Amino acid sequence: MLSVVEKTPLSVDAAPVLKVEGLKAYYQMNYFGVRREVRAVDDVTLTIKRNEIYGIAGESSSGKSSLIKTIAGAITPPLRVVEGSVKFDFGGKVLDVYGEPERMKKARWQHLSYIMQGSMNVLNPVRKVKHAFHDFAFEHMGLSERAFRERVEKHLQRIGLDPRVLESFPHQLSGGMRQRLTIALATVCEPDFIIADEPTTALDVLVQQDVLALIKDIQRRMGASIIFVTHDMTVHAAIADRIGIVYAGRLVEEGPTLDVFRQPQHPYTAHLIASLPRLGDKTRRSALPGKPPNLAEPPSGCRFHPRCPLAIDKCKTDNPPLENRLSGRVACWRAGEVAAA
Amino acid sequence: MSALLELNHVNKDYAVGGFLDRSILHAVKDVSFKISDTAPEIFTIVGESGSGKTTTARMILGNETPTSGSLTFEGQDIAKIRSRADKLKFMARVQPIFQNPFEAFNPLSTLDYYLYSTAKRFLGLKRKTEIEAEVDKALNHVGLSLAEVRGRYSHELSGGQLQRIAVARALIPEPKLIVADEPVSMVDASLRMSIVNLFRDLRDTLGVSIIYITHDLSTAYYISDRVIIMHKGDVVEAGAAQTVLGNPQHDYSRALASAVLPPDPVLARRIIEEKMAARG
Repeated sequence: MLSVVEKTPLSVDAAPVLKVEGLKAYYQMNYFGVRREVRAVDDVTLTIKRNEIYGIAGESSSGKSSLIKTIAGAITPPLRVVEGSVKFDFGGKVLDVYGEPERMKKARWQHLSYIMQGSMNVLNPVRKVKHAFHDFAFEHMGLSERAFRERVEKHLQRIGLDPRVLESFPHQLSGGMRQRLTIALATVCEPDFIIADEPTTALDVLVQQDVLALIKDIQRRMGASIIFVTHDMTVHAAIADRIGIVYAGRLVEEGPTLDVFRQPQHPYTAHLIASLPRLGDKTRRSALPGKPPNLAEPPSGCRFHPRCPLAIDKCKTDNPPLENRLSGRVACWRAGEVAAA
Repeated sequence: MSALLELNHVNKDYAVGGFLDRSILHAVKDVSFKISDTAPEIFTIVGESGSGKTTTARMILGNETPTSGSLTFEGQDIAKIRSRADKLKFMARVQPIFQNPFEAFNPLSTLDYYLYSTAKRFLGLKRKTEIEAEVDKALNHVGLSLAEVRGRYSHELSGGQLQRIAVARALIPEPKLIVADEPVSMVDASLRMSIVNLFRDLRDTLGVSIIYITHDLSTAYYISDRVIIMHKGDVVEAGAAQTVLGNPQHDYSRALASAVLPPDPVLARRIIEEKMAARG
């Protein structure tokens, strides 16, 4: 049988697998003596439990991709971690992503893997697919060439791909197959933690549900935790256990998916959910006025106040803290006052 | 009622392959529909990639000529427009909006440059004040103003704002028909509604007909008056939006309708659980 079963202690109440504390990551640029600072991740604190799927939602340029890259330890200048920490606990010693680069390197792929955005661009167009598996995973698995190949073939079968795809070039495969391949790549070492950036955005509508079912299926079988980012709220509705809503670099609301959809506490969340079109409903949906804030010069106080229908004077001056409320957390001076549409 | 646009048994074939293994790809097969010039409407073409929806759009814009059949716009055969003056006149009446607003604008030019040159070219304006007045008018229709756009580059604005500017640009020559190819697929879900609502308003206030091409059934249902569903070049289903999308008959339309995830955690989860069970 597969080794996964013994590897993962399947208890939800165990210590959280990921702890992010007071994380601040800024893009710091210095052109001709002019310093510019873009606060893409601003004071984010969150924890992710074992066996959990956590979805991060927000509009483009809200900093959700920067957040996920910072968590993965995959950042390059000008993006720098200014404050705070990212710590993983894969059982045994706690791994500090920004404190121990050597241990982080070892943990990568074995404990922690990454499903990248745009499945088309991950695979090298001039090399066969099997080389990608070799490059990514061989070193981490400590198997002989033959055993490695057998393991990869078995894994592909489990994912619903013919092992013959190993001998093909990426252009010979459809978009859905390539996305499945990147998922296979990210999960072949049976990691404890998977990070996914817009896993279904580039896909055709007809295969979207299958890919989501695949991700959830793998997660359940391996007992892994997943954190993923997408702006598509329907994807969150389908697979996330908990959702975190990011606005202008800050986490503004977090809670179990069902509660967030049924009773959004933050006016921004309420808007995101109310604006979703539904088949069979032609009533006019309002769009949020204004534009996303410029993170180089974010608005004072609550960053959402210029676009918020409920804004009061306090919102313009004081930044609301992220506080526990009902089953989740919310950062809003008028939390819970918005009626779900 | 005369037709603004009429497609009459339109076919488009492409030859694929090389010298020895040549084969014919039927991209569009026998497509016919009609858009009235008195009752502006939003006409939606739905289909996945490779269904021939973009080829149809390109033929309507006059960028491709049909292999057989005809496309007429205000009584004139689109494929037979030859002279530069006629071509310009046609382009002023039928305007495109593209999928990716980040690619539609040159990153090295300011956005107002596009708007000014469109006004110069199609309206034949020379005086700066006149040009600016026209551009400002078009931007007002999309909820922006020239003051906000002047001197800005495409990277300074969000995808939703850029797409609005693309719509404003298309409105400058006061067209009768706008062909929008996947205009919201690159735009965030939260900003999608603002673009889609804009199309509704344009139809109602300016009387512009819109051919909306998409694979997203939920926005299609939300704004369309009529819908056709294309699959591998064929129109598999056509009719009023409520009937076609609310109660699809063809197998492919049903598959498309069931591929839409409902924005409700309980229903969406059930669908995913069923898919997982089917995986075994």
